Parts: sequence; structure tokens; C-alpha cells
Amino acid sequence: MKIFGENSIKNLLIVIAFSALTALFLILAFILLEGLPFIFNIGIKNFLLSSDWQPMAGKYGIFAMIVGSLWVTLGAIIVGVPLGLAGAIFLAEFLPRWMMRIIKPAIELLAGIPSVVYGFIGVMVLAPLIRDYIGGPGLSIMAASIILGIMILPTILSISIDSIKAVPQSYREGAFSLGATHWQTIHMATLPAAKSGIIAGIILGLGRAIGETMAVIMVAGNAVILPGSPLDSVRTLTANIALEMGYATGMHRQALFATGVVLLLIIMVLNYAATISIRNMNRKV
Amino acid sequence: MADKIEIRNLNLFYDKFHALKSVNMVVRDKNIIALIGPSGCGKSTLLRSINRMNDLIDGVRINGEVLLDGRDIYNSGLDIYKLRKRVGMVFQRPNSFAKSIFENVAFGLRVARLANKKKISEIVETSLRTAGLWDDLKDKLGTSALELPLYHQQRLCIARLLAVEPEVILMDEPCSTLDPIATMKIEEMMIELKKKFNIIIVTHNMQQAARVSDQCGYMLLGDMVEFNKTSEIFTNPRDKRTQDYITGRFG
Repeated sequence: MKIFGENSIKNLLIVIAFSALTALFLILAFILLEGLPFIFNIGIKNFLLSSDWQPMAGKYGIFAMIVGSLWVTLGAIIVGVPLGLAGAIFLAEFLPRWMMRIIKPAIELLAGIPSVVYGFIGVMVLAPLIRDYIGGPGLSIMAASIILGIMILPTILSISIDSIKAVPQSYREGAFSLGATHWQTIHMATLPAAKSGIIAGIILGLGRAIGETMAVIMVAGNAVILPGSPLDSVRTLTANIALEMGYATGMHRQALFATGVVLLLIIMVLNYAATISIRNMNRKV
Repeated sequence: MADKIEIRNLNLFYDKFHALKSVNMVVRDKNIIALIGPSGCGKSTLLRSINRMNDLIDGVRINGEVLLDGRDIYNSGLDIYKLRKRVGMVFQRPNSFAKSIFENVAFGLRVARLANKKKISEIVETSLRTAGLWDDLKDKLGTSALELPLYHQQRLCIARLLAVEPEVILMDEPCSTLDPIATMKIEEMMIELKKKFNIIIVTHNMQQAARVSDQCGYMLLGDMVEFNKTSEIFTNPRDKRTQDYITGRFG
């Protein structure tokens, strides 16, 4: 007896595929329904452009946190991109294949370390070092940037390595046959061809940095102030939600959902940019 | 006329595979040499050993001599990058860089750190003219080379070489992705280029070898079976195997 015919399997797969889509849709709808009315209620200006966050007093300005998120993400890019790019060039172009087979899985392992472990190292090792040798409270934009920069390294590295490896060998040979040295070949022929893939990797890393919560809560200090220097402590959008959701009710709870809406918008823009640059890459290669 | 390239007893191994077996060949100046033979006979390998492109492949061992103007390119301490400037290469598939048309042609000049902008523009124009592309492309030098049709791209790759003024141009089946009309254009260009450059072409197409080349080498399983004037090879082959191949009984 035939239990699973072609059609029933197909239908089953359709249901499974759509359930993922449904989950996404429900999450979106829920956040928007809870958050959007709040934003219009309190006024976009009062919500987005004010730094006054005092839920008990009915003040819900998240500007300082938007700035905090952007600072920390920018810092992560400053730390992560040069390291990731240089590492990817070295690994893809200079490393013998047998060493690559050891190092690539190690990089992927780096991506598998739980964020709380990164945060723990940040609190116990990095923050005291910054406090003692550079100044400030230690728990700061700088600490968060360094920790996040390391956390997004695997993303940037593996996508960049893949896109450098995807450049056809004939590109390199073309450059070599014009008398280019190895380094000239890399930066004049290989990297321009791999550019959109590398940018996509950076944007995905950026999305990861802006969405990261646990490690940032542990090392950023979480003070709701407009930071004046990289040594100041900040609170990010994600940290704001995670820190206060336990006891928030009423308007306060809605304010946290609204924070989620802003976060979602930022991440959607980033993902869209990543998709477009990946599409460009595919068209060109 | 002087000998431009002389290959003596060249052996090449990919790990254990013996790809070139004691190949000998003498190329005289300002000639077109065609290398023909069935797939896998070593003709591309031979071509790539003239500008040391095989050095990029792991596990390659080479012995024997390749003399360029009487100097061994493997053992005389000749700088490999200078060598490749003198011996340029056109590949099977056009490999235009992901840059503008202008920057593609200027690539070799930038590699050589030429900074004079006016000079660069002049050379780019001359090279495109020689490659027969100037009239078609002069208004869109800033657009990406990858958007050009393949036959333009292949000529662009030739123009790119001309800009660095090599002495020898190696062509590895340059017409294999092109249609007959584009192929004819490339062949006309080769005849024109012969006045200034030496050309060695690998081709699957025997008619092409007969049409363009002055000398021709027939290779089989890593051996240079016969190397002679093209007219001799095609009308009066000395070796039975060459005869079988050119009459179409084999390969």
C-alpha cells in the first residue's frame, strides 16, 4: 500500500515551507501591531529624536540607544573588517590547501562559540584592561566594539574567502600574463572581481553586530546617555529590550515593542543591501 | 632572421604524469607558429611553459631549456615578471577584468607603474585601434568590460596585451568561443600583428593553423611529432601520424 504518494509528499513540503513563512509573518505582525500604535501615540519625534528614557515618568526617547547601537556597530566594523579582509586574502591566496583544511573549520568553530562566552571574556578580561590602561569605566563602546568585531570575524572571513576563491583562475592568469606580481594581481584583478561578495559578507556581519544582544549587555555598560567618547558606556536597542522586558507593563511594554520595530527596520535595510550586492556578484561572475 | 625562441629537450611533469617529452622547437622572429594536435597532447602546456604560467600549478616539474633571445628563462635568473611582460598570453575564454574598458587596457601600464595620464590615454587608444575596437568602443570606455559581447572581450584582451608591447604573444585557442566571423577578424588581426610581434597559437582548428601560420608543430601525447613550415606540414607531412591527423583519419 502506498502511504506517501508523490502528491502528498509535495503537499507536506509545501506546508512545512509555508510554516516558516507564517512564523515570520506572525512575528512581524505582532511586533508592528504592538509597536506602531505606540509610536504614533507618543509622536515619532518624541520617540526617535529624544534621549530622555524614563519609563516611570512616561518619557520614552530612544535616540541615545539608536546612537549607541550605531556606534557599537561602527566600532565592530572598524575592528572586524580590516582583520577579516586581510585574513581572507591571506587564507585564500597565500595559504597552501592542506593548511586551509585545518584553518577553515577552526574559523567556523569561532562562529559557534555562544555569545555569552564572548561577553564573559569581555567582562573578565577586556573591560578591566581598558579601564586600567586606557581609562573610563571599562564597560564601554570600545569593549563592545572589540568583542563584536571578533564575533563577526567568522562571517566576514568565510564569505570573503568564498568569494575570493570563486574568482576564476583565468583572472589571475590574465593579470600574471601582463607582468603583474602576486600582490598586484590580488589588489588589481582578484579583489575587484570579488568585491561585491566581500561587501555582502561585511553587511551580513554588520547585521549580526547590530542584532547581537547578550555579549553587548555584558560589556557595553548599558547607561542611557549620549556617548561622548569610545570609552563611555552605552545602551543599545537590543540591550534595552532584553534588560527591561522582564518587568515592563502597559506603555512601557509597548515602548519596548516599538524599539523592536526600529531594530527590525534597520536590519531589514541591511539585509536588503546584502541581497542586492550578492545579486550583483552573481551577475558579474 | 634570428631565432626568437629556442626550446631544447623540454620535459614537464604534472606530479607523475609526463606531459611534455623532450620537446624541441625553434621559433624565428616575426612569425606565426601554430601548435596543433588532439586534446591533451600537451600543446597548451607547451605554450604555458614559454611564459612560465605553469609555475602557478602545484606539483609541476620542468627540466630542459627555453631560450628567449638566447637566454634560458628558467635558469638564468631572469625576473619572472619581466619575462611575462615580454611574453604575454591570450586565453581560451576572454578574461576581461571586472573593471572599465579603459582600465582593462591600462592594466599592464598600471602594473608597470606608469603614472603619466596623457601617455596612458594615448597607449590605450593606440592599442584599441590596433585591436580594431576603437571605433566601436571609444564612446563607452568607462563602462564595465564584462558587459561587452564575447568577441569584443577577446579582442579587448588582445588590446590589453598590446598596451604593454610584448615581444611574443601566446594564444591558447583564442577563437574557441567565437563565431566564424569574429574568428576571421581575429585571424586578420594576427596577420597584421605579425609585422611587430611573434605569435604562437594553439588551435584545435586545422584550417585556422593552415590559414594563419608560417610554421606549424603537430603534437601527440607529449611528443612534438613534426615541426616544419606550415605548407610542408599540410602538403607533404614527413610523419605518418601527422598525415593521419591532418587528413582527418585520427583525432
